[in-house]
Amino acid sequence: MYLKAENISFRYKKDNWILRNVDLSLGSGEVLGLIGDSGSGKSTLCKILSGYEKNYSGTVSIDGTGIPPGIYNPIQLIFQHPEKAVNPKWKMKDILNEGHVVSQDILDSFGIKKNWLHRWPNELSGGELQRFALARALSPKTKFLIADEITTMVDAITQAQIWESILDIVEEMKIGVLVVSHEKNLMNRLCHDVVHLSHINNI
Amino acid sequence: MLNNAEMNIEKRKEGEALLKIKDISLSFSQYVSGLRQTELKVISSLSMEAYSGEILAVVGSSGSGKSLLAHAILGILPSNAKLLGKMEYKGQELTQEKKEELRGKEIALIPQSVNYLDPLMRISDQVIGSVDERNAELMKQTQRDIFRKYDLKPDVDRMFPHELSGGMARRVLVSTALINSSKLIIADEPTPGLDEKNLNETLSYFRDMANKGCAVILITHDIEAALKISDKIAIFYAGTILEEANIEDFKNDGENLRHPYTRALWNALPQNKFQAIKGHQPMQDEIIDGCFFYERCSRRNELCSKGTPQLKMIKEGLVRCNNVS
Repeated sequence: MYLKAENISFRYKKDNWILRNVDLSLGSGEVLGLIGDSGSGKSTLCKILSGYEKNYSGTVSIDGTGIPPGIYNPIQLIFQHPEKAVNPKWKMKDILNEGHVVSQDILDSFGIKKNWLHRWPNELSGGELQRFALARALSPKTKFLIADEITTMVDAITQAQIWESILDIVEEMKIGVLVVSHEKNLMNRLCHDVVHLSHINNI
Repeated sequence: MLNNAEMNIEKRKEGEALLKIKDISLSFSQYVSGLRQTELKVISSLSMEAYSGEILAVVGSSGSGKSLLAHAILGILPSNAKLLGKMEYKGQELTQEKKEELRGKEIALIPQSVNYLDPLMRISDQVIGSVDERNAELMKQTQRDIFRKYDLKPDVDRMFPHELSGGMARRVLVSTALINSSKLIIADEPTPGLDEKNLNETLSYFRDMANKGCAVILITHDIEAALKISDKIAIFYAGTILEEANIEDFKNDGENLRHPYTRALWNALPQNKFQAIKGHQPMQDEIIDGCFFYERCSRRNELCSKGTPQLKMIKEGLVRCNNVS
């Protein structure tokens, strides 16, 4: 199974292209790194791939089929700041199970403890919240995961814990992962291959 | 870097620490379900010292209360906070009045982001701050000189914060500390999300300040960034500092490090072993009797579950662990 982005172009202002004719391909079970300077459009590309940004030209498809709106999106995006991706007025249990009931296996592999479920988001650390964000995004229907600087804000041990869990799960579920990060050493550890945005962006 | 370290040992022999923090603890009282109040302990038995000419990095995961340490030094905690313990600045007790007198002058904070700037004030005005009219001309000149040094063109003076790019904003924030020729500079998470070029540039500003004789406290979750420029690294965990190590201790498998947590942190880096130990930092409302690292430690014994380990001086560094000697 392949996620393909073809001829993606995007601009916020007229005559100010952020992305121009970008092509990217990600296979099932592949872990692909994406690097680039601050403000070069990495996050914008992530949002386009996962359907959050609609105002672009070009196509995003899985095995040649576009992603239809209104159903579960098999391409899931994880953000840098999990506290901005959860509803502060919901308890963690409800946040976790909003889309589907997350399996105990997934909770165990991320080390999510039972007593965390009854807490509010502001009672958990960034690393703990990020585990919830990942657990709820890795449903059986997820085929691709877009990880946009997801461990930039956590300490090195938490970073290693989180990636260990992710790599186990995506291997078992044959999920393709796009890893966006500034940290070269992390990329070398995780990725089969790394692309530089400036090399595929024609601006 | 080696020269720096040698210089610092010299300095330390000569002088006292600029800022000394002894066994402080910080808690917040909170209302839960109606009128029931609880105490949330965010910092406990924390000790550290900052020396002129040195960068001390305080490294811990985000959301673990490191910023509150900065706020405690500056005296800008909210009213429901309770701060115990002792702080000394230049050998004198740092009281709340003293903090108010010194902050923004001798003690400066470099905040995390442009969100800390006033969105409706022109850049030069907020960098200069409030000054006596007689000195206005001189301050304007000083501000321009500092901006020139950081490659901020004259038109930046009249800009508003939203017009700055990320890198420019960073340099403006650094300038605010330089203009008052502060002696103690506290930088709170100045690096996240910067690409390599901007990161190295930002770090070099702090090294400059220390080389000019400032004491710099660099609060960060990024141990790699801290290792690039600091002289000493304080490891912040669950509201306390478990170890204060010298930069040279971080090498190989971390065998020179004193605390098992520091060693685990070092070995978890992607360029080292990328090895994760199990477990999580204790939550702020969990009451812990013994060592904060007890649950995750491979070398724990019965003593460790009873009472906080004493702070010990080992090989020119400090550690709170019962199992080192």
